[in-house]
Amino acid sequence: MEEYKVLIVEDSPTMRQLIAFSLKRLKNIKIVEASDGVDGLKKLSQDAFNLIITDINMPVMDGLKLVSLIRKDAVYKTVPIFIITTEGGQEDRERAMALGANAYITKPISGPQVLEMVKNYLNIK
Amino acid sequence: MSRGGHKTSPLYVFLDIAIRDDKISCLDIFRAIAYHFIKSEVYQMEKKEEKERNIFERAEEFLQVFKKGAEFTQELLKTNEQLRYRILQLEEESRSLKTNPASPDKQYEELAKQIEALKVEREEVDHRIKEIESENKDFAIRYVEVEEENNNLANLYIASYQLHSTLDFKEVLQIILEIIINLIGAEEFGIFLLDEKTHELKIMASEGIDETQVPSINMGVGTIGRVAKNGEPYFMEDMSDPSKIDWMNPMVAIPLKIKEHVIGVIVIYRLLQQKKNFTPLDHELFTLLAGHAATAIFSSKLYSESERKLSTIQGFIDLLTK
Repeated sequence: MEEYKVLIVEDSPTMRQLIAFSLKRLKNIKIVEASDGVDGLKKLSQDAFNLIITDINMPVMDGLKLVSLIRKDAVYKTVPIFIITTEGGQEDRERAMALGANAYITKPISGPQVLEMVKNYLNIK
Repeated sequence: MSRGGHKTSPLYVFLDIAIRDDKISCLDIFRAIAYHFIKSEVYQMEKKEEKERNIFERAEEFLQVFKKGAEFTQELLKTNEQLRYRILQLEEESRSLKTNPASPDKQYEELAKQIEALKVEREEVDHRIKEIESENKDFAIRYVEVEEENNNLANLYIASYQLHSTLDFKEVLQIILEIIINLIGAEEFGIFLLDEKTHELKIMASEGIDETQVPSINMGVGTIGRVAKNGEPYFMEDMSDPSKIDWMNPMVAIPLKIKEHVIGVIVIYRLLQQKKNFTPLDHELFTLLAGHAATAIFSSKLYSESERKLSTIQGFIDLLTK
């Protein structure tokens, strides 16, 4: 069975745990956590990921900067990126999508909703 | 041959001449008679042969007729056999009709009854399908509800896990802020704690607001003071975004209680742009979270105080022993 690797970049440990908890309902999934954009880049350089979930407002490096850097990397040009954020404005959404995000989810999140989206993007039935 | 014919035959003419002419010898006469008899015999034989030939031809014809007759007889026998078989079939049908005297009308009635029974059965099946469809719909609704409950339980589990993961007071407050932003969906809010000496509620941590502008609140005064006094949560009915924040009258005020003892109030002034209202599940979750938050705050406060006391005592001991 194929193993899917998901990177969660989020400064809030509660949110990281919550997202990881929702995704762990999938059997063949490995979750790696990072606490900010720089930590996320470090984890990306150490392993190959099938999907990236990131917050926007984070210390050291924010999520939007992280998305733009990821998209410049040929390896991660097509890997799905989900943004999970408190920023609910249309401009924020458009900016994130223009930088190369695949989905924009606003907080508070629904675990089943995130799970369904991940399943769709990874083609898990 | 007629008598007249004899008189004109060559032998008769020759004998007539021979009688009247004595120049013809007896030998010639004998020869003539012999020739006549031989000729006559040959003629008779030819006649006989012809007759036999005719008989043979007729026999051939008869044989042909007989063959055709035989073929015809065979065909007749075959037809006869077929007819006998048909008779047997008809006799069988007749016997079955005699033993099963159902008339076409009866058969029709039976078929009509069967059709009616099938119609009833079909209606029952249709009814059952509708019931199952309805059950499925109920299951789908229930599934969504269970998923929501499951999601809230997961939120609660993670929040309580995080809240009780530390005994550092400031860290606990930070975790509460994080939970309120991420799980409740609040944008502007604060945590008020009760000062046991002055009986005032003072803001200890906040998000999105200027703490210096928030006044201390006396027990029983305003919405926050009443919540602290009564120990009952408050949810504004219309949570549409207020144009101006009233520090004394927030959208939501949840008491931080340990059993019946109120130690503070979590106050929400504004929800996130995308969070339009609180659902009944949100109320439940928020109330449960407040319970865990209160315990975490109380424990960390006690721990901090005991640490402080311990450090003071340790200082005295060090002074005395040195």
